[in-house]
Amino acid sequence: MKQQIFEQQHSAEWQQIEAALEKPAGGNNSKILAEHYMLLCQHLAIAKERLYDAALVERLNNLVLGVYRELYRYRSETRLNIYAFFKRDFPLAIYRHRYFILLSFLVMILPGLVAGTWTYLDEDAVYSVLDGSQVRQVERMYDPQARKLGREREAETDIFMFGFYIKNNISIAFRCFAGGMVIGIGTLLVLFFNGMFMGSIAGHLTRLDYVDTFYPFVVGHGSFELTAIVFSGAAGLRLGYAILNPGQLSRLDALRKAGRDVVPMLYGIFLMLVIAAFLEAFWSSSTSLSIEVKYTVGAVLWALVLLYSFSGRRYESR
Amino acid sequence: MLDTRYRVEIPGGINLEAQVVGPIPRFFAFAIDLVIRGIVIFALSILSIPFGSFGLGGGFFLVFLFIIEWLYPVLFEVYMRGQTPGKRLLGISVINDDLSPVTLGTSMVRNLLRTVDFLPLFYLVGLISMLSNRRFQRLGDMAAGTLVISVPESAKPAVMKDMQPLAPATSLLRSEQSSIVDFLQRSQQLSEPRQQELASILEGVTHEKTDNGVEQLQRIGAWFLGVR
Repeated sequence: MKQQIFEQQHSAEWQQIEAALEKPAGGNNSKILAEHYMLLCQHLAIAKERLYDAALVERLNNLVLGVYRELYRYRSETRLNIYAFFKRDFPLAIYRHRYFILLSFLVMILPGLVAGTWTYLDEDAVYSVLDGSQVRQVERMYDPQARKLGREREAETDIFMFGFYIKNNISIAFRCFAGGMVIGIGTLLVLFFNGMFMGSIAGHLTRLDYVDTFYPFVVGHGSFELTAIVFSGAAGLRLGYAILNPGQLSRLDALRKAGRDVVPMLYGIFLMLVIAAFLEAFWSSSTSLSIEVKYTVGAVLWALVLLYSFSGRRYESR
Repeated sequence: MLDTRYRVEIPGGINLEAQVVGPIPRFFAFAIDLVIRGIVIFALSILSIPFGSFGLGGGFFLVFLFIIEWLYPVLFEVYMRGQTPGKRLLGISVINDDLSPVTLGTSMVRNLLRTVDFLPLFYLVGLISMLSNRRFQRLGDMAAGTLVISVPESAKPAVMKDMQPLAPATSLLRSEQSSIVDFLQRSQQLSEPRQQELASILEGVTHEKTDNGVEQLQRIGAWFLGVR
């Protein structure tokens, strides 16, 4: 069949599809697209096989691409099921990353313990990790005389601190994850230094006997925040490991698979840090609550976070 | 020649093609987005002042700053067919590497990993990565499994001139037919001497030596296109 005759026979259908693509959601346009998709694929195959000219092949190719994108769009919009995410996807992703989580945890906690012990025993040690102004700021934040705990000097309200925690903490977690692309080194550095800073501060404040302000402050939001940072480290290490040891896959495919697998972790980390920022700004900073209440609530939050984090095993198919 | 076509087999049993896009248009798209983000941040910072720079206003400002810094590209890519405003102006779009629409998960991964592509300065890592693979993927694209393609403009039907078709003297192979058709369709882009030069190669087909060779070939091309 000559090309022009072929075009004459089908141009009405193609124009109909082109019109439907302009407004894919309107009227019964999605029905038109679905019904004509296979026919369009056939036309493209015919046009290629019969060596019709490039302009026609390109036109049909673009039509198929347009319809394909519309038809497969709907799947991607319904796929994020919030209930299934909390019930299954996130805990399962945690379970599947358990070894990375363990490594991430160790890389953060060990420098923290060493630095904490050192700053607790040696008065000057904290100045090897933090500079003088940082130390003074931390001391002021947890001074038992303070009106509000854990607050930057210039901050006036809890809402400001909420924004501050969102911006800073989630950025740190995201960067910690991204550092995994540098064969995991960036992630390891972020974890190591964060562990060391937090350990030094804890050791130093314990030494100053700010125990009744510092620990009740951190215990509540720490459950979500520290766990989420460890998870973000695990997600980053997963990427780095895929590059280092791709196994049976090509390095690119291994990285791509890791990129898909860590997605539930990223959603989860984000949500946990929003909760943590909320707790830290509005709950932890309060001075009117008694220490006992804060410790009790903190213990409950830790128990919930840990129980939830360990709940994914049963969803693993064996 | 650099082949920027990307092929993928989709349900329907055929190969789809898309044109992947290199660093230059992507840089301009990013620059436009950067300006837009800068303006929005500036406006928000002014608006937040009456509500207290370290109070309510400052708190909301920081939350928006976070959203604009990290989630601006994600939200636009997921809800605006793979296009941030900058990408829309440049006619490019983000898409999964099976040419299905970009999803929240893949968009998150590629945009969070932007941090690494930016290293050490001005996307140097991303640039090197883009230039070292055929799909122009930066590191974030590799991990997410995404591509940046040019958005196909709605193709126009082939231009047909008033031309007397001419049956070829000898029967020709498919590939030969298609070269003659291509010659017809591209002849407007070629200079006269170049057209004649090309036509003279095919003297055996057209049996014409002069300017007529060009016209002969074009008429044969019209014949192959089905003009009668």
